[in-house]
Amino acid sequence: MTNDELIWRIAGGSGDGIDSTSQNFAKALMRSGLNVFTHRHYPSRIRGGHTYVEIRAKDEPVKSRGDNYNFLLALGDSFARNPQEEAYYGNEEIKPLTENLDELREGGVIVYDSGLLDASEIENFDERVEENNWHVYDLDLRGLAKEHGREVMRNTAGVGATAALLDMDLQYIEDLMEDAMSGDVLEANLQILEEAYESVNEDYEHTHDLRAPTGTQEEEQVLVSGSHGIAYGSLDEGCRFISGYPMTPWTDVFTIMTQHLPDMGGISEQVEDEIAAASLAIGASHAGAKAMSGSSGGGFALMSEPLGLAEMTETPIVLVESMRAGGSTGMPTKPEQGDLEHVLYTSQGDSNRVVFAPGDAAECYEQTRKAFEIAYEYQIPAIVIYDQKLSGGHQTVPEDVFDEEPNPDIGSVVTEEDLEEAVQEAGRFKRYMYDADGERGGVSPRSLPGQKGGNYLASGNEHNEVGHISEDPDNRVLQMNRRMSKLESIRDELAENADHQTVYGPEDAEYGILSWGSTKGVVEEAVDVLNEQGHSVKAMNVSDMMPFAKDEVTAFLESVDEALVVEMNATAQFRRHVQGQLGRFGEKLYSLLKYDGNPFEPREVVSGFESRIGDDADLSQYNVRIESATGD
Amino acid sequence: MSAFNAIGEEREINRDEFTPEIEPQATWCPGCGDFGVLKALKQAMPEVGRTPEETLLVTGIGCSGKLSSYFKSYGFHSIHGRALPVARAAKMANPDLEVVAAGGDGDGYGIGGNHFMHTARENHDMTYIVFDNEIFGLTKGQTSPTSPKGHKSKTQPHGSAKQPIRPLSLALTSGASYVARTAAVNPNQAKEILTEAMEHDGFAHVDFLTQCPTWNKDAKQYVPYIDVQDSDDYDFDITDRSEASEMMQKAENALYEGEVLTGRFYHDEDRPSYQEEKQATGDMPEEPLAERYFDEDYEWERSYDLLDRHK
Ligand SMILES: Cc1ncc(C[n+]2csc(CCOP(=O)(O)OP(=O)(O)O)c2C)c(N)n1
Ligand code: SF4
Repeated sequence: MTNDELIWRIAGGSGDGIDSTSQNFAKALMRSGLNVFTHRHYPSRIRGGHTYVEIRAKDEPVKSRGDNYNFLLALGDSFARNPQEEAYYGNEEIKPLTENLDELREGGVIVYDSGLLDASEIENFDERVEENNWHVYDLDLRGLAKEHGREVMRNTAGVGATAALLDMDLQYIEDLMEDAMSGDVLEANLQILEEAYESVNEDYEHTHDLRAPTGTQEEEQVLVSGSHGIAYGSLDEGCRFISGYPMTPWTDVFTIMTQHLPDMGGISEQVEDEIAAASLAIGASHAGAKAMSGSSGGGFALMSEPLGLAEMTETPIVLVESMRAGGSTGMPTKPEQGDLEHVLYTSQGDSNRVVFAPGDAAECYEQTRKAFEIAYEYQIPAIVIYDQKLSGGHQTVPEDVFDEEPNPDIGSVVTEEDLEEAVQEAGRFKRYMYDADGERGGVSPRSLPGQKGGNYLASGNEHNEVGHISEDPDNRVLQMNRRMSKLESIRDELAENADHQTVYGPEDAEYGILSWGSTKGVVEEAVDVLNEQGHSVKAMNVSDMMPFAKDEVTAFLESVDEALVVEMNATAQFRRHVQGQLGRFGEKLYSLLKYDGNPFEPREVVSGFESRIGDDADLSQYNVRIESATGD
Repeated sequence: MSAFNAIGEEREINRDEFTPEIEPQATWCPGCGDFGVLKALKQAMPEVGRTPEETLLVTGIGCSGKLSSYFKSYGFHSIHGRALPVARAAKMANPDLEVVAAGGDGDGYGIGGNHFMHTARENHDMTYIVFDNEIFGLTKGQTSPTSPKGHKSKTQPHGSAKQPIRPLSLALTSGASYVARTAAVNPNQAKEILTEAMEHDGFAHVDFLTQCPTWNKDAKQYVPYIDVQDSDDYDFDITDRSEASEMMQKAENALYEGEVLTGRFYHDEDRPSYQEEKQATGDMPEEPLAERYFDEDYEWERSYDLLDRHK
């Protein structure tokens, strides 16, 4: 077995502290100089029910959860034992062990809590262990935790055992515990950690040779989720107003923002529904704040009408759409990329908004900043769309990605001095002034309530230059053209100043893989594997959805014989968008689709590619589907 | 230097300043009660002492929503039912603005009912005028939440089976700190009530009875009305919730029996506004957010300083 990567899975019941334990362990790995990527799998249930977190650590960059895993820490679901709930939960005690075996690699290590789990209850367990050459360590983690502290601390015992079995330095974990706890709790946890570590070393013979890889990363790294990227990007771009209504997984961004806004002199509002949430963002922005809101599928559907209002009144706002599997309420805790068309085209009339789809945590930060900048400069709503996987999954990002100066610039707002000179009509400011020669890129000057000489009416009805409702045909055409022309100006600006599309792999490759959003990393890993296997493949991940990165995608597609479009939905929404925007390439595009609630794994992309170009690859073991653009 | 010099300007204010100099392409029919609201609002502004440019009027959709076309100030003509969430956030971003929201009974008590309840509950410092004509005007005469039981319209051909909503009671139980009802046919009272509502520090709800001669021909034109403050028959303490509540119920029952009771129904001057509450918990800055973007000396905090917890 190779030791170049550790994929550690901690499994147990929801509410058993799996999340916090895994966060700490991931940080310990990062501090030892490794790159880390985490994947959260949890049911839409608060307590009890099987859940796991996977942490993949490597010395090299890690961009996805990887294929399968090699170390299982099975803790037992304490809520499954709740006597009052027995009838409801049934006997799920053993699930943390049984549910995870299918994906454990050959030669993998299993540590299970014999204080809660009984492996003899599992059918064919010993045969499977032998067949797969697994190395099993049964430890009474619960007993150990109870002896020195409380039962819930069995997570700590599990981490101690892990460290011993992988021959890791305990110091990293101890330091983190000291940061997070104090007093008796800290003492008890430290004692449990050490006891577990020592008892494994003393009482067990190590039969496996999996060891934690050694890290050489010297650059300072931080462990953040995509939601942190979005929240921090917003803060640095001067956003000081957020309004929202909880919905998984959007709640991640909402909570992070709310944790910081009051201390940073901002305002966070949890309101009555998503229509209100988007409307508040509009109101705050209209009065002169940088404002955001957001939601997930269903909540974003409610925002459709205010989104149009923002377009029409040219009120800048940023909305975040964190996708989960649909339709309707779908699967709340599972990722999908099924809301792309919803976000691109929802709302009244011809649509006119900016949509960015970042592919990893660093891009979440950069593109959210760009979204604010564009929204306020061009007076247009901007949407950042990402998914549950990127929302909650953590990854190591170089700290200096965030080392960018704050930008409080409020965009194309005029000052009172400007207003003294400004063109007025009938005592009102020409807020929606025509842009006859297109010099201002479709942008009209914007004043804020309270500014002297700037009064106007912002109306969601078609309006003339000072904002009065107008159904005059000539005015209509002029205003429509001005508003619509913004997208072309923004496209030009993005082409010059932003490089949101990433190309990966040999430049002269024969084949291409096209993806968007969070599938970026997994596709890049698949490209490496495919090229190692002798194929000639490169990838492009697209972020600029509207305005669409036409030139870059065209150049990419022209340079390859054929491209596989990889996305997590059932109807190939992104591929349809590409074809619609470019008006060609139908014969070159094939889709690899997955929509079972789990993100792609590299091997699925590899097999998908191989099956498409004629190699003998069996896709039947995966929940993926190939589909051609022209329907051959 | 402030970036918002129109705010707090002390000068003589004339009601004519609130009239746009161009003919608004608005749609009110001759004889519409909405003109009464416009007039009363223009008359109240000089009393309150706020200029057009420090005033933000946010309206919904409907004939009522066109108020912002007829009234010159900073204006926001939003979408059906959503004037309140737009208005309250604008007030939070710049609390120095005078914020007034307005809409119809369908707009405010129907589609926007949820926002009405919550804005009242939070007690935002603003004034909310509901043009109560007991009908949908702009969409041509459908039954509205305040139409009487049995009301017949194209959408309720057999007569409405629903009890009308009780806007005053609803405002009170939701938490509004000022509740009044006035009528377009009573311009003096309307002016006084709107003045009081704007001067009140908290959520002031004014149910404004407006006749719709086009679609609600049968509707009483709200005359003769009785001002509960002027009449010896009604003696109650407007600062006492339960007395106010009882009086509101009387007024709400009476309206459908042809007796129009108007006036102030509830006034709580002690309850802090939402802004004050939020500032007290440390959840809202003392300085208007909107000013900060123009302040060159303001030190913007950055996310980089938050990264320690991620190391
Ligand atoms: C979401 C939405 N639904 C429906 C409409 C159509 N609509 C416009 S005004 C209105 C009713 C207005 O009635 P009311 O609020 O009582 O105002 P009035 O016209 O009587 O002043 C409706 C249903 C709309 N504009 N938006
Ligand atoms: S329809 Fe009724 S409410 Fe609308 S303007 Fe005419 S009279 Fe007024």
